[in-house]
Amino acid sequence: MDRWVQSACVLCSNGCGCDIAVKDGRIVGVRGRADDIVNRGRLGPKGLHGSWQAHGKDRLTTPLIRRNGELRETDWDTAMTTIVRRSQDLLAESGPLSHGFYTSGQLFLEEYYTLGVIGKAGLGTPHMDGNTRLCTATAAAALKETFGSDGQPACHADIDLCDALFLFGHNMAATQTVMWARVLDRVKGPGRPRLVVVDPRRTPTAEAADVHLAPLPGTNLALLNGLVRAVIEHGWLDREYVDRHTLGFEELKATVEPYTPEHVAGICRISPADLMRAAEIFGTSERVLSTVLQGFYQSHQATAASCQVNNLHLLRGQIGGPGSGVLQMNGQPTAQNTRECGADGDLPGFRNWDNPEHVEELARLWNVDPLTIPHWAPPTHAMQIWRYAEQGSIRFLWISATNPAVSLPELGRIREILRREDLFVVAQDAFRTETTELADVVLPAALWGEKQGTFTNLSRVVHLSEQAVAPPAGARSDLDIFLDYAHRMGFRDRDGDPLIKWKDAEGAFDAWRECSRGRPCDYSELSYERLRGGSGIPWGGERLYADGVFPTDADYCEDYGHDLLTGASTTPADYRARRPDGRAFLKAAEYTPAQEQPDDEYPFLCTTGRSVYHFHTRTKTSRAPELQKAAPDPWVELSAGDATGLGLSDGDVVRVESARGFVEVPVRIGRCRDGVVFLPFHYGFQAANELTPTEWDPVSKQPLFKISTVRIRRV
Amino acid sequence: MHLATYLGLLHTSLGTLADAFREVAKGHGDEPDVERTCEVLASRIDAQAEKLSPIVDRYGEHRETEPERLHTAEFEQTRTGGVGLLRDLQDLYALSSFTDITWTVVGQAAQGLRDKELMDVVSACEQDTARQLAWLKTRIKQSAPQALIVAKG
Repeated sequence: MDRWVQSACVLCSNGCGCDIAVKDGRIVGVRGRADDIVNRGRLGPKGLHGSWQAHGKDRLTTPLIRRNGELRETDWDTAMTTIVRRSQDLLAESGPLSHGFYTSGQLFLEEYYTLGVIGKAGLGTPHMDGNTRLCTATAAAALKETFGSDGQPACHADIDLCDALFLFGHNMAATQTVMWARVLDRVKGPGRPRLVVVDPRRTPTAEAADVHLAPLPGTNLALLNGLVRAVIEHGWLDREYVDRHTLGFEELKATVEPYTPEHVAGICRISPADLMRAAEIFGTSERVLSTVLQGFYQSHQATAASCQVNNLHLLRGQIGGPGSGVLQMNGQPTAQNTRECGADGDLPGFRNWDNPEHVEELARLWNVDPLTIPHWAPPTHAMQIWRYAEQGSIRFLWISATNPAVSLPELGRIREILRREDLFVVAQDAFRTETTELADVVLPAALWGEKQGTFTNLSRVVHLSEQAVAPPAGARSDLDIFLDYAHRMGFRDRDGDPLIKWKDAEGAFDAWRECSRGRPCDYSELSYERLRGGSGIPWGGERLYADGVFPTDADYCEDYGHDLLTGASTTPADYRARRPDGRAFLKAAEYTPAQEQPDDEYPFLCTTGRSVYHFHTRTKTSRAPELQKAAPDPWVELSAGDATGLGLSDGDVVRVESARGFVEVPVRIGRCRDGVVFLPFHYGFQAANELTPTEWDPVSKQPLFKISTVRIRRV
Repeated sequence: MHLATYLGLLHTSLGTLADAFREVAKGHGDEPDVERTCEVLASRIDAQAEKLSPIVDRYGEHRETEPERLHTAEFEQTRTGGVGLLRDLQDLYALSSFTDITWTVVGQAAQGLRDKELMDVVSACEQDTARQLAWLKTRIKQSAPQALIVAKG
């Protein structure tokens, strides 16, 4: 071992501080950083094995280009010239709306910001989003709807300080193992907090709970409406806080009024007594911490259900204090930065696309005409970008650091889109994936540890990840690739100077600091220098909103909000008329049944999710022997009752089939409630997303991975 | 009294509107958000009609002369493609605007008659109609540039 290089882990949203061990110019291991506030030295299985073991295997080291239907090796200049020519031809022919960008939750802040400026001020296309749409779009949406802006109110230390912990649709033991270890410190230690878990499966997380609520997939909002009603009904609320710091109490109360325990129990198929026990724990604990994740985000009425979690905290004034708050979780390690930097469907710096002054600010900062920056409607969400590509109006799609041919819903459709003759697809990745195989140009990218940059975790903690080793010869950092494209395209500002004025990661970070100055995610006090040594540092301080003042002021807020039932935008005039002035919104919606309901043909509800051993589509984790060995193949989980009903035993291979596609996988018995089956989503073969529907939440536009109806038969 | 005529008109136009939303949902299944939201809104319009029913009964669905001139245009077949979607949403917007102003007219009469029951129905339904219009406008604004500038067919 020659040296340790400071970094943080990119294999889940926890973002554990770590050091990379380097020997003879290669990465040979990692260790946790003991003084980091996020993980205190711990690392999880994915971080320990998956973060670095893939680096030397199967790497893309030369660009590929499609010739006569085959991907052939080429050189960088040919690849980039081809991309730029296609881009310029399309701009001349039909303008910037022909271009779409689909990025990731895996790149660094500097790369997202650079991409954001290229798209928004260079090309001027609104069609930019990331796979963060699949994982954290609802977190961002729920925070914006309630508090006026994105930004996690709570922090990791709140796990140590809470009296009650609520995990809403969050299988933490599988998704954030180090965070779960911190919970276990409490659950197995003195002064145990009460734990409530909402999940249709009896996961190890649920087994640790005092109350496990297992609502039928698609009924989260009914459950939450019931919890909110119970808290109000029993007077477990801080009326003074509600009066001073919130808007909309009477509407909220009226909306949840019909959701009696019995009514909710009937919809969700849970016991009314369990519901009341959970409500009582929420209503009577002194310090409540809640986390929310995919079980809510990827399900029916996602934003409305997640906003109800915010509402529970507001009703009790449990926000911003030690041990009391909410974490609308992220899934991926750098998802927060996709949202902050404008590489997804947002403007950089949590700016409001519907506020002309915010657009002016960006135009001044970038020295471009404000009309260049698309702001006539919300930036286009991923599912709509794919739809435009399907319809042939987007003809240039640049995919970076993600594998949509495995991760998007209804894969048969996605493959057809990627194969379209009139769609030019650029895929930028470290490995060949199911997606690169369908691209027109493939660009080999450097991985974490092979480049420098920063990223921000689920509790706003910013880490600097230094370059530990050189990328394999032929691979380039995503930042260098974007900078090369910008240079070749000749993007200029109003004075004729290059639009992008930085040449490296630190330059990009400094430009971002200026962009974020004065906004809720203000990085102006942070620098590479400050981030070196010690712990990662949160923007905005340890917790947000301790003073009960929220970023809802009409001139400051990130969004004017939506109707939670339909996603209709609130107009600027209507928003101002409510005079939020720092008060949070208690928003709610009625429960409506999900579109997919079990019937004779498809009698089971299928939900998809994660394994503790894999991350996303396994591009890294399948190349780490320990992880691959632990979970090499996909499977389907059934309840014991359903397995008996179908005459199935453990290991029997079955076909699980929806109206859209099927997989053939072995059966595992247990975990699920009756009527519900589970598929892990990571695998590119027998892929769960062959089955999932093209449907999304009306507000966050997050696809509904957690609810498709299926039938099962032995193969 | 013409209120009864107007209540009849409103009742019929709610039926037309709900049918139109369902028609658009059916015709645009490839736009899942449009399909889903139109279905949700259609069922809420059914609920509006249901709320109105007892009042229509109370005043009697009595029509004065020239009823045909008070009829709303029926929604015809859905169109296809980006521009087709835009036009269908615009048609919904027009139909929805018509019921919106009709609720306003009926609401004014309700106040003149001090009919509290009708006033409450109008107030709830006006909010619901505002939601329809807001959603349609949001979706139309989102679709328009792509449909008019780059869409094919």
